[in-house]
Amino acid sequence: MKILVCISNVPDTTTKITFTNDNTQFNTSGVQFIVNPYDEIALSRAIELCEGGKGTVTVINVGESATEPTIRKALAIGADDAVRINAAPRDAYFTAYQIAEYARSNEFDMILCGRESIDYNGSQVAAMVGEFLDIPSVSIIKKLDYDGTTATIEREIEGGKEIISISGKFIASCAEGTAEPKIPNMRGIMSARTKPLQVVEAKEIAQLSKIQQFETPPPRGTVKLVPAEDAASLIGLLHTEAKVI
Amino acid sequence: MSVLVYVEQVDGKFKKSVFEAVSYAKAIADKQSSNLTAISIGNVGDSELKELGKYGASKVLNVSNEQLKNFVNQAYAAVIAEAAKKENADVIILSNSFSGKGLAPRIAVKLNAGLVDGAVELPQLDAGKFQVKKTAFSGKAFAITELSSAVKVIALNPNAFGVKDNASDISIEAFSPELKPSDLTAIVKEVVRATNKISLPDAELVVSAGRGLKGPENWGMIEELAALLGAATACSKPVSDADWRPHAEHVGQTGIAISPNLYIAIGISGAIQHLAGVSSSKVIVVINKDPEAPFFKVADYGIVGDAFEVVPKLIEALKAHKG
Repeated sequence: MKILVCISNVPDTTTKITFTNDNTQFNTSGVQFIVNPYDEIALSRAIELCEGGKGTVTVINVGESATEPTIRKALAIGADDAVRINAAPRDAYFTAYQIAEYARSNEFDMILCGRESIDYNGSQVAAMVGEFLDIPSVSIIKKLDYDGTTATIEREIEGGKEIISISGKFIASCAEGTAEPKIPNMRGIMSARTKPLQVVEAKEIAQLSKIQQFETPPPRGTVKLVPAEDAASLIGLLHTEAKVI
Repeated sequence: MSVLVYVEQVDGKFKKSVFEAVSYAKAIADKQSSNLTAISIGNVGDSELKELGKYGASKVLNVSNEQLKNFVNQAYAAVIAEAAKKENADVIILSNSFSGKGLAPRIAVKLNAGLVDGAVELPQLDAGKFQVKKTAFSGKAFAITELSSAVKVIALNPNAFGVKDNASDISIEAFSPELKPSDLTAIVKEVVRATNKISLPDAELVVSAGRGLKGPENWGMIEELAALLGAATACSKPVSDADWRPHAEHVGQTGIAISPNLYIAIGISGAIQHLAGVSSSKVIVVINKDPEAPFFKVADYGIVGDAFEVVPKLIEALKAHKG
């Protein structure tokens, strides 16, 4: 079994978000980059499915050379090898196209990624790759089992869940619950240095969307404190003043 | 040119988020002086379909096909893309729901369209440009995104636009596009829906609790408060990590990002990752015994006090309020 896991290089979750160049670019100065937390879940599930010699896990990232420490982290967690598509990701369409082109010319049984990236909050890549390759895509999955030919997938839906069965290739985007994220151990970190990391040049495609400007939310007003002994009066405030109940 | 809106049904009914998507689509159609058509897939009765007219849809394409009874990404995307071509639609609107997130990208690729998901405002159409504001960095920022393609797809965040009455005459037209066998490779075996539970992503009111509750056995009062308000329940990451509550209830940067009208956070200190996922809530109430909890800095209303004393008082007050 061969599994391809798409990983995104994103700012650490504790990052204070600021912008430069008249709010047109994300300020990367002093920012620690990590494997997108949801992609880590996808990677962990892929590694579990391949445990005991049942298969291999390849991670793929669309990024310039600066993303290699993040790719090495994925190798340290347990991926067997890695591919970097050498380009700055322009938008999800571009990224998905590059991944699909690679997957088209290299055989994989399934492709996994995270449910969304925590930077631009796009949840587009998985379904786009699915469409480019004309294979099923399942978004926001909570469970994934595979018997060698058929996948049984649990997907989150509003107020419940759905059980889906797929025979043949597919792509799924993983949410919490699919696997516990794995922490690299010393052996993993050492071996990651020598694992293969292939660099592939990107293919050209028209750009359909572009971020023109960033804004930060307006600061919120100061908190109105209600004394604990008079907690009940909060209900009145929410009804008459805030008008939300 | 026209605007097409996908109206997602649950057991033959439309939720508020659908009427919100129709209202949003109607506002775009008005800006462009074009028509608004809705596309419904699944078994929805005529009276329910006619409801869409109240929010501005003048036509609904109704697809009722036994093979499409359950949601299948590939097949639904094929149907919606086909409808877009039939209607000569240049803008396609979906709710940024669990299903919408799976569908919108496939439709975008089928139609070679630019896509903005997580949209929070109407597009700006100045000087021939088409720019949409969307959430970024889990609510820590917004990104103004320009779409340069001929066809545009927008997935609207729940509660971002609101429902707007805009009565229109509506016609219902049966639509039966052809499906390829490969569109139906994924088979839905089972759908499990929790009854009487309010869905978190599009809930207008949310009551959330954290480690301050000390254990899962204390969630009864949170559920009681939520039930009285008609609110969904949520929790912080440490709580779902400890299996006190299901992962599906975890809100925050690595959980579900929400933007309800009211978010009540009980016993949650307000780590940066939690705030990122909830800070676009319209009104935030924080109940915490630590007056230094960072959450108070972003709250509209706060109570410094012990949840075990405060929450029962709120429950009593709500009961009295409801009479």
